[in-house]
Amino acid sequence: MIALADCNNFYASCERVFNPVLNNKPVIVLSNNDGCVIARSNEAKKLGIKMGVPVFKVRDIIIKNNVYVYSTNFALYGDMSSRVMSLLSKMSPEIEIYSIDEAFMNFTGIKNPTALALDMKSTVKKWTGIPISIGIGPTKTLAKVANYIAKRKTNSGIFGLFNYNDTIHSLKNLPISEIWGVGSRYSKMLYSNGIKTAYDFICLDKNWVLNNMTIVGLKTQEELKGHKKISLEIYKNRKKNICTSRSFGKKIKDFKLIKESIVAHATRCAEKLRRQSSCARYISVSIQTNRFDNPKSYYHGYQSKIIDLPTNNTIYLVNIAVKILESIYIKDLEYKKSGVIVGDIVPANQIQLNIFNNHQITEKQRVLYDAVDSINDAMGRDKIRLLGHGINRKWSLKKENLSPRYTTDWSDLLKIKV
Amino acid sequence: MLLVDNYIQQMKKNKNEQIIFYGNKGDILKKLPIYEGGVSAGFPSPADDYLDMDLNLHKYLVKNPVATFFIIAKGVSMEKAGINDKDLLVVDKSLNPKNNDIVVAIVNGEFTVKKYIIKDQRICLRAESKTENYPDINITDEMEFEIWGVVTHTIHSNR
Repeated sequence: MIALADCNNFYASCERVFNPVLNNKPVIVLSNNDGCVIARSNEAKKLGIKMGVPVFKVRDIIIKNNVYVYSTNFALYGDMSSRVMSLLSKMSPEIEIYSIDEAFMNFTGIKNPTALALDMKSTVKKWTGIPISIGIGPTKTLAKVANYIAKRKTNSGIFGLFNYNDTIHSLKNLPISEIWGVGSRYSKMLYSNGIKTAYDFICLDKNWVLNNMTIVGLKTQEELKGHKKISLEIYKNRKKNICTSRSFGKKIKDFKLIKESIVAHATRCAEKLRRQSSCARYISVSIQTNRFDNPKSYYHGYQSKIIDLPTNNTIYLVNIAVKILESIYIKDLEYKKSGVIVGDIVPANQIQLNIFNNHQITEKQRVLYDAVDSINDAMGRDKIRLLGHGINRKWSLKKENLSPRYTTDWSDLLKIKV
Repeated sequence: MLLVDNYIQQMKKNKNEQIIFYGNKGDILKKLPIYEGGVSAGFPSPADDYLDMDLNLHKYLVKNPVATFFIIAKGVSMEKAGINDKDLLVVDKSLNPKNNDIVVAIVNGEFTVKKYIIKDQRICLRAESKTENYPDINITDEMEFEIWGVVTHTIHSNR
């Protein structure tokens, strides 16, 4: 048996832990730059605020119903997520952390899965304040189905697909668009072919599915029939690549400002590499315009470069990133987003020096960055930074309704009147 | 064992004989000084067996990191209980309150910090003011009431 734990309305729930006024009130959280709605409390869902809708389209509903609006507070959500995930890992040794608010767990051999799930749910709620739902099924895809039902049809927030009748009944009531792994394009295609529920889908001929939906579709079909085709990915080692990207607070043409953003992203990537004691072998830089403004002139500049010697050296990574930027930057376009990705990550102690590289220089750099990192750890992020980073961060995000970073910043701690 | 593995893996001595100690997520937790008897010939220093480490105050104060939150107290109504204005409270959400514990509670949608008292089998929250007599808050069934966490330590700065 596999269980899927999913935090209920995770971002809104995080805000509620530190602000009880929000309990039973409609709460929404906006995407970067406060553009679209990316999380909604149940109360906000009931008001008809749809996922992903641009916030200006629901302004009237927000004002009329006193909806509480928040900017994304990733420092807070990330910390709360790691608390929930580490607690779940303690209670279930084999766990795949699937996203910031979801985890698959191996429940094989557990005598009373429902009891364990209830215990998990109440412990996570008590220890972290975050409500979760747990679905249990023979495969990952069925655990997802069970979770869908747990959220909508139960009071306990726990649901298991343990027998044939329950499973068939559930699949008959599950719209095709809600199946995990069936995207909106396929669900439209299936719908137009008269396949409306998950049950209709498992009745389809295997070859038809294979021909029309590739092997991925067939795997999903098998999983819904109870045959395990997607395994738990328990052993996630070092991150395979690290990505830092941001939308700008406003559209930017100026090369200097875009360069500042790239320097900041590359710096962040280098820091993350050093934190996990690893080095990257390639770096790529991307810049893009807003695809919704004018789809015809949409531009996405993207280029990668292999690094001779894997590195986590900020100056070195920044230099390469800026060179790449120079080659992909087109004048007079209005850019919306920039990003840096470093990849092919190897542990720092496994790097073979090549003959052109002087070991003593590497050692000196290590000492330098140890010092820079510990100063920045102690005094605050970017206290020591490259000048290219810029001083004003004019490109940075618009976040008007940001809640405090209650759990990750001394100056943002929750204050309670005693 | 994980910690020991990390320790060995990450052990990199620099000239000040410090070890940079990384947590599981790779965060730098703490720089620990170590004693080193040197590698020259002869007897190793008997002190090597007592690899001496700094006391870790965070570990002492935070028994359950997943459930522990820091909060700043504002106001003076808990002075008798040792909580002054601007003190830092270490709050463990996983604990169930016992009689006379200091708790963070939510009463009718608002946070408060009070002494938790069981009186005639009912819960009551009591202020501990040095100067004023606040009435007890007796919790009734109609109230919206929740224990958010138990205050395990109060950190007071003397400067």
